[in-house]
Amino acid sequence: MQALDFEYMLGLVPVILGYVPLTLGMAAAGMVCALVLAALLAVERVIRVPVLDWLVVLFISFFRGTPLLVQLFLFYYGLPQVVSFLTRIDGVTAAILGLTLHFAAYMAESIRAAIIGVDRSQWEAAQSIGMTQWQLMLRIILPQAARVAAPTLVNYFIDMLKGTSLAFTLGVTEMMGAAQKEAAGSFRYFEAFLVVAVIYWVMVEALSQGQKWLETYLNKAFVR
Amino acid sequence: MISITGLTKTFGETPVLDQIDLDIAEGERVVIIGPSGTGKSTLLRCLNFLDRPDAGKITIGDLTVDAARARKAEILGLRRRTGFVFQNYALFANKTAQENIMEALVTVQRLPKAEAAARAQAVLAETGLADKANSYPAALSGGQQQRVGIGRAMALNAELMLFDEPTSALDPEWVGEVLDLMRRVAEQKQTMLIVTHEMQFAREIADRILFMHSGKIVEQGTPAEIFDAPQDPRLQRFLARVSG
Ligand SMILES: Nc1ncnc2c1ncn2[C@@H]1O[C@H](COP(=O)(O)OP(=O)(O)OP(=O)(O)O)[C@@H](O)[C@H]1O
Ligand SMILES: [Mg+2]
Repeated sequence: MQALDFEYMLGLVPVILGYVPLTLGMAAAGMVCALVLAALLAVERVIRVPVLDWLVVLFISFFRGTPLLVQLFLFYYGLPQVVSFLTRIDGVTAAILGLTLHFAAYMAESIRAAIIGVDRSQWEAAQSIGMTQWQLMLRIILPQAARVAAPTLVNYFIDMLKGTSLAFTLGVTEMMGAAQKEAAGSFRYFEAFLVVAVIYWVMVEALSQGQKWLETYLNKAFVR
Repeated sequence: MISITGLTKTFGETPVLDQIDLDIAEGERVVIIGPSGTGKSTLLRCLNFLDRPDAGKITIGDLTVDAARARKAEILGLRRRTGFVFQNYALFANKTAQENIMEALVTVQRLPKAEAAARAQAVLAETGLADKANSYPAALSGGQQQRVGIGRAMALNAELMLFDEPTSALDPEWVGEVLDLMRRVAEQKQTMLIVTHEMQFAREIADRILFMHSGKIVEQGTPAEIFDAPQDPRLQRFLARVSG
């Protein structure tokens, strides 16, 4: 057995850290898009627009029912063979798109549950003062649902952050890709991937701390 | 002037409102009494389209709506002409007392924020809650929450205020302050349609009392006529029961 080459690992840290902005950027972009899409899907599931509801159910079922890696391959390598203009999409965009669709399906379900959790009488009160469906959703229901769903949504963000490593399989040089390239030169695969793992771990731990803080903050909200 | 003709509502197979006809004059205070499950709440909710009536015509001020084919804009029109006070207050939990009252002024009536805030503060002062403007509902007592609920409806300057058992969910200690506020609303010549089980209050505040039974208005008259000389045997039985 070979000893760990700590010096090599320390030297690698700044190199891999250089790719953290890309990882965080993909996760953040994916999260913003997924949140918007998930909110729309969730609202539709609650209001149940005819026909559209059926499509939304199908969408959610598919993206929850198949692995993210399979989805990414299907849409990045598979679909462009059928739909030609898709060939122009680069790996980063494709990864963000894949993460968005996949996690929106999951987040829609938790947002939907949170929406249903808001006391029905508040819907009626909002209707009774003449608010439109949109107004009551945006101003009364979603702000309350967001507070209930927030901790779960942070969990999905953590999953998404880790999921960005799959962009590697779409030819994107992110943290994993960079480690792979470095290790290919030095043959120190274990050290290289260990550095990647530790950096992910630290980021996720930081997010978990943020999540605890968020929960405390949210529990105090609306009471004064 | 409020005019309701032929208002009908069926839940599944059960007729809950059966051809209700009712005219209410401006400034009139009408109280509805009757046993549980006779459609009192449904009548109020149909006027506001919280429940959609199957048939009938509703006129409030300059707006007449044919319930069977009411369009979205007409429904919003009716809601903008009525204020609804709920049994369980139904305050917006994510808004302070003042924001609860401002909400309709800002989003529906599209008043500038400062103007809406000023009006909300004036209403809060009337409800005796000026010092609770920045409190969230969770931090208010039941009585205070219901006073905000009434304030939210008052702020609309609605042609008709609907009250569905506004004190039924309250601990007895808070009932008095809510009834007091309703008396003050009545003094302002506000047209009111009130469902209540508070018979003493009904006698004192009502210009006219309606007795509902099985989806129909069975008897109506002044408080003296209804309480002191009831005609219909169902009303007589009901009064004997509620007066214990
Ligand atoms: N959403 C609904 N679906 C089915 N039936 C309903 C619904 N709402 C009310 N009902 C029925 O309609 C009837 C009238 O109900 P409503 O709430 O109007 O009575 P009420 O006179 O207000 O009674 P209470 O004094 O108990 O409040 C009842 O039999 C009730 O079960
Ligand atoms: Mg009722």
